[in-house]
Amino acid sequence: MSQTTRLPGDREAERRGPAPWPVLGVISAGGVLGALARYALASAWPHSPGHFPWATFVTNVAGCFLIGILMVLITEVWSAHRLLRPFLGVGVLGGFTTFSTYTGDVQQLVAAGAARTALAYLAGTLIAALTAVHLGLTLTRLATRGHRTSRGTETS
Amino acid sequence: MTALFVALGAAIGAPLRYLADRAVQSRHDSAFPWGTFAVNIAGSFILGVLIHGTSVRHVPGSVYALLGTGLCGALTTYSTFGFETVRLLEQRVRAYAVLNVVASIVAGLGAAFCGIAVAEALWS
Repeated sequence: MSQTTRLPGDREAERRGPAPWPVLGVISAGGVLGALARYALASAWPHSPGHFPWATFVTNVAGCFLIGILMVLITEVWSAHRLLRPFLGVGVLGGFTTFSTYTGDVQQLVAAGAARTALAYLAGTLIAALTAVHLGLTLTRLATRGHRTSRGTETS
Repeated sequence: MTALFVALGAAIGAPLRYLADRAVQSRHDSAFPWGTFAVNIAGSFILGVLIHGTSVRHVPGSVYALLGTGLCGALTTYSTFGFETVRLLEQRVRAYAVLNVVASIVAGLGAAFCGIAVAEALWS
């Protein structure tokens, strides 16, 4: 397989030219909203050392489900405003979900002697998150059948 | 007030992720999502430092909120990681999907542990 195989449609537009300030602006704003939502969830649902980090788990899985929905709508259904994907995708959902807290949580669980919980959390988040993306994509494609444009990203 | 620090950190972290992703992908034009990989690893390292720093009371709560919850939280992403992985699977580029998962997790955990170690060296 070629090293330069490119996935169609996804990020071509983002690579052309210098980053325009409006795009950075909406990404920043979206990031703030997403992060505050994550922070609110984590504050409302704290976990003590050695216990399963439910807030982070739910945050990441929910965010993955939502990005599946968003990507179908943005790329296959709507003629969306060009700032909508950076705002919602890169900004809100990127700010909402987190990889650093995920790895930090695993480290903390191991340090607290909860290795089994660490492994369950590590694998559980991964499986649930990828499943959630797939579910978001599939359900949205089913729901919008007949409304899709020709520049779809669906393959089979 | 803590929420304000989270917001400030995120306001910087999210566009930083976008710019870093563009910079990395423009230099490594491949189906493998190097950009997301890079920011996730970097953020995991930084948060590792902050986590230990907090536990030995060297990092105040406001700084953790700003750089940890805010910056690292917005700099890193699980949704883009998940989406890119699933897209690679849909496009039948299965090897890259598996590689993305394994590399991100191994390197991410490694970075977190390294961050802790560096902080221990600095602050204990």
